[in-house]
Amino acid sequence: MAWSREQLAQRAAKELRDGFYVNLGIGIPTLVANYIPQGMEVTLQSENGMLGMGPFPFDDEVDADLINAGKQTITALAKTSYFSSADSFAMIRGGHIDLSILGAMEVSDRGDLANWMVPGKMVKGMGGAMDLVAGVKRVVVVMEHTSKDGASKLLPACTLPLTGVNVVDLVITDLGVFAIDKAGAAPMKLIQLADGVTLEEITAKTAAPFEAALS
Amino acid sequence: MVNKVYSDAKSALEGLTFDGMIVMSGGFGLCGIPENLIIALRDSGVSGITVISNNAGVDGWGLGLLLETKQIKKMVSSYVGENKEFARQFLAGELELEFNPQGTLAERCRAGGAGIAGFYTKTGVGTLVAEGKETKVFNGETYVLETGLVADLSIVKAWKGDEEGNLIFRKTARNFNPMMATAGKKCVAEVEILVPTGELDPDEIHTPGIYVDRIVKGAFEKRIEQRTVRQRESA
Repeated sequence: MAWSREQLAQRAAKELRDGFYVNLGIGIPTLVANYIPQGMEVTLQSENGMLGMGPFPFDDEVDADLINAGKQTITALAKTSYFSSADSFAMIRGGHIDLSILGAMEVSDRGDLANWMVPGKMVKGMGGAMDLVAGVKRVVVVMEHTSKDGASKLLPACTLPLTGVNVVDLVITDLGVFAIDKAGAAPMKLIQLADGVTLEEITAKTAAPFEAALS
Repeated sequence: MVNKVYSDAKSALEGLTFDGMIVMSGGFGLCGIPENLIIALRDSGVSGITVISNNAGVDGWGLGLLLETKQIKKMVSSYVGENKEFARQFLAGELELEFNPQGTLAERCRAGGAGIAGFYTKTGVGTLVAEGKETKVFNGETYVLETGLVADLSIVKAWKGDEEGNLIFRKTARNFNPMMATAGKKCVAEVEILVPTGELDPDEIHTPGIYVDRIVKGAFEKRIEQRTVRQRESA
């Protein structure tokens, strides 16, 4: 047993707080928008130049001038504002966004992140990921615990080219949740196990050092 | 009086193109791209272009058209994953590529247009992006020096413009267009709606006309990359 994609998104949604400005990455992070708790006000930022992202449009509402960072058609809300890419990344780099939730290929127990490049394969580019992890107040990674061949994606040191150094605060995998002290004062802590996952199983599948701090 | 208004995209580029030039092209994905000026640039036959653009279009549209004709020597972009011909040329060694983080690319254009030679950012510190670049510590944190960008020509797309070159963008089609308009030695803008000077509210102008040398009204396809919709609940 482990968490499904939907359960991962639900768990990540627990990191949202009322009044937060949040940037969601592509893939599972996008699903987090479906689990914003009732009564909580969260404003989604899209780095192509929009604050206050609404749901996907109905067929007759589609507007080619209104897309999200995944290039999907989207809608606006009453509170929406639009701005240039320079203003968008000033917002991101300047520390005005509260939370970024994004995917990863590898994370180290020191909070290093690799999520944009596999040497030898066609590289699509980092897009806004390097700016987001360098500038957003809190960075949460949502990813599968292991790669397709079973190798741990939580490592003592990333092997792939980095997106950022000491940037990740929390890692949510299908097996559990790990908290990272970016300042390096404390070791990485396992703070939650996914449903049906044992400490023995997650220890066996995690290459990075960690302390169990399960409540 | 200087006339900035041109009748079509082809004439709007006349005298501004040359082999080996650097061109900034606005847009994010296919949203807010100067689609008419890209076609006119292709038809001009100019070659060996360095294109600064967040993305590289798709096969058969946008900057993909200039890749098909092999007029692009180098791309400076943050994400190029939507274009098979791009991947083919890159892997065959026919095309140079410089990746910039998206925010760094936007700020490099803004800085170039504002006369700022360089700026320090935390983005990319400790990664491949920072290799060979100067770093400096401010308040205990390391920053990397990035340089401003300027182009021989910037081509941008706005929603409304006037004869003075004042521009108003629409929704997320704004993206890179305002900064790129400032960072070209020459800037040509294409608009959906061209009005006489005086009809735009000065308080609502995003790009002042000083940055725009030529303006042309275009017809637009406005292609959509990822048409994503939801279904109405049946009543």
